[in-house]
Amino acid sequence: MSDATFRGGVHPYDGKDLSKDKPVRIVLPKGDLVYPLSQHIGAPARPVVAKGDSVLVGQLIGEASGFLSANVISSVSGKVKAIEPRLLPNGMTATSIIVENDHAYQAVPGMGEKRDCMKMTKEEIRQAIKDAGIVGMGGAGFPTHVKLTPKDDSAIDYVIVNGAECEPYLTSDYRMMMEEPKKIIGGLRAMLQLFENARGVIAIEKNKPEAIEMLSELVKDEPRMEVCPMKVKYPQGAERNLIYAVSGRKLTSRKLPADVGCVVSNTDSVIAIYMAVCETTPLMRRIVTVTGNAIQDPQNFNVRTGTCYAELIEEAGGFAGEPAKIISGGPMMGFALTNLEVPVTKTSSALLCLLEDPVAEESQTACIRCGRCAEVCPSHLVPQKMMEACQRFDLEQFEKLYGMECYECGSCTYTCPARRPLTQAFKQARKAVADNRRKQQAAK
Amino acid sequence: MNGLLHVSSSPHVRGKVTTRSIMYDVLIALLPATVFGIYRCGPRSLAVVLVTVAAAVLSEYLYEKGTKRPVTILDGSAALTGLLLALNMPVQISLWIPVLGSVFAIVVVKQLFGGLGQNFMNPALAARCFLLISFTGKMTDFTVDGVSGATPLALLKSGQSVNVVDLFWGFTGGSIGEISTVAILLGAVYLLARRVISWIIPVSYLGSFAICLILFGGHGLDPAFLLGHLFGGGLMLGAWFMATDYVTSPITRNGKILFGILLGVLTCIFRLFGGSAGGVSYAIILGNLVVPLLEKVTMPKAFGWEGKQS
Repeated sequence: MSDATFRGGVHPYDGKDLSKDKPVRIVLPKGDLVYPLSQHIGAPARPVVAKGDSVLVGQLIGEASGFLSANVISSVSGKVKAIEPRLLPNGMTATSIIVENDHAYQAVPGMGEKRDCMKMTKEEIRQAIKDAGIVGMGGAGFPTHVKLTPKDDSAIDYVIVNGAECEPYLTSDYRMMMEEPKKIIGGLRAMLQLFENARGVIAIEKNKPEAIEMLSELVKDEPRMEVCPMKVKYPQGAERNLIYAVSGRKLTSRKLPADVGCVVSNTDSVIAIYMAVCETTPLMRRIVTVTGNAIQDPQNFNVRTGTCYAELIEEAGGFAGEPAKIISGGPMMGFALTNLEVPVTKTSSALLCLLEDPVAEESQTACIRCGRCAEVCPSHLVPQKMMEACQRFDLEQFEKLYGMECYECGSCTYTCPARRPLTQAFKQARKAVADNRRKQQAAK
Repeated sequence: MNGLLHVSSSPHVRGKVTTRSIMYDVLIALLPATVFGIYRCGPRSLAVVLVTVAAAVLSEYLYEKGTKRPVTILDGSAALTGLLLALNMPVQISLWIPVLGSVFAIVVVKQLFGGLGQNFMNPALAARCFLLISFTGKMTDFTVDGVSGATPLALLKSGQSVNVVDLFWGFTGGSIGEISTVAILLGAVYLLARRVISWIIPVSYLGSFAICLILFGGHGLDPAFLLGHLFGGGLMLGAWFMATDYVTSPITRNGKILFGILLGVLTCIFRLFGGSAGGVSYAIILGNLVVPLLEKVTMPKAFGWEGKQS
């Protein structure tokens, strides 16, 4: 049988060897911690502390403010220093709670208490996940408790753990699969408690054979779980491709995974679910890969959320040379940073520092209509035609060409021999279309 | 760290293939056919190749300088057009004819329509057709070693038989670059291996041509006739190197299949019922004209939208 996969995709240099064998090391924050109230898709959280208040590890400091929102939890004990706008890794600015660390790490009472998820009701499990402020840690930041609350629990027949980690350079999920596989199984068990008809599938790309072996061994005695090895190809871990590879079902931009009977969670999110449900510990840490050829000693860190990125560079031995580009996340979908004074958030996965920037070194040339963009598009679009529409500012045509089905994976831009900024144009066009739709809805 | 970092939209890495590397790959793929042509047709053919390529590159340079545009001769596309045109020349041609062809290809067909990527016909083929119409006699005078011999296609047209083995290796008459099927296929294999071209257009082209020939050629399944037509004339060079030109072929997968079939049918019609023995050049430039239409009717539906109304 051929490996589960999808049509399209690219094979960028994966750079994972730099950090894949470095065990996760715990790093404690030195400076102040910054907790943006908007680290997720949806409404920003509402601050429930004020300047001067004392906070404890695991204390709720920002409360979910609507249906689609998530709690924000303090990862240290100390004093609230300020509540003010701060820069996020994605270039946006968000109101943030600044906490001065007292380095005592005093936790709220009851934190760390062991619970048996098999004895908990669905409501208790969902509440625990909601309280913990868990969001999709693969990058999108969709609040997990919302994802785990579909209209009909019995209609879900796949719970997929996304261990593809197809983004180059990232090794944080791989390290967690190697070091904490039992927590992944535990988190999946808690999720399967919610969906009585579902099978749990742990989907892993075949460039991680040790992880496949390790988890296959552990699911042997789990009647409702299996491991699904997948072909190595970017963007194998994108939700729609992953669901297709595992279940053969096709998801479009108009649907949520639950509409096709699937729930997908990133590896680290599943561990967070385990910690919240079984160990009464909210989401306060992130595994971050600090890597790239501009880093002296690439590593994987267990970092408290709110820690400043600059501290991670120091922990990794500093720069090996003058970095040209620093990226929060992977090279395909990550955000280029203007400076390092930004906090680790719930969706941080990597800090990639590169000595050279191929984007700046090459200039774009004329499109020769080679069609490589259409070949690699995982959504089966024709980026060449979409780009023509963008250049004419023809949003109607852009939509007709299924432009809204683009999820900005970057494969077309990666592969374009004329170095045209396709993904960039599509991001702008998609935003413009979405804005227009919102305006039209508001007018109605 | 001086704090100056590059900021750009993702993705932050790029693949290895560039427009230039593609053009150079095609030039490399044309080497076997070029070298064999020069070996077979003599040193004069080397002069034809050099002069045609030089004229194409110079035309591009002068046009871009004259119109104050960035000079793009290093991307290899002008040299490629020149080489393709040269390979379509008979060896005894007066040198000013391919020079005129190069100027026409680069200035009229390519640059006047907006330069690289904007031309709606393959420049080399459009120029060849222009020369063929203007200088029919000179363009179809295939004299090798001082002996003027009929081309294989002319022999087939007049009902005679051809030596298919000689035709395959290239010991026959014809334009400099089209005589050896094996040399062209060698280049094609290189392009396929480097993923510069896909098999879709050439295979649907050659396949539909063969089927048409079997149905309407009047010789049924006669292998000598079929292979004579497949290996003779400009078909192999056209199918692997001209019909696959990115700019003038459809970008959609189904469009490529339809395009190939169309070219096969047209080539068959021109060869069997047309005035001249060949027909590949006309078939391809006519096919080039319907590319926008083919793309429009074969635009794929997005993932998950198959069978749905958008």
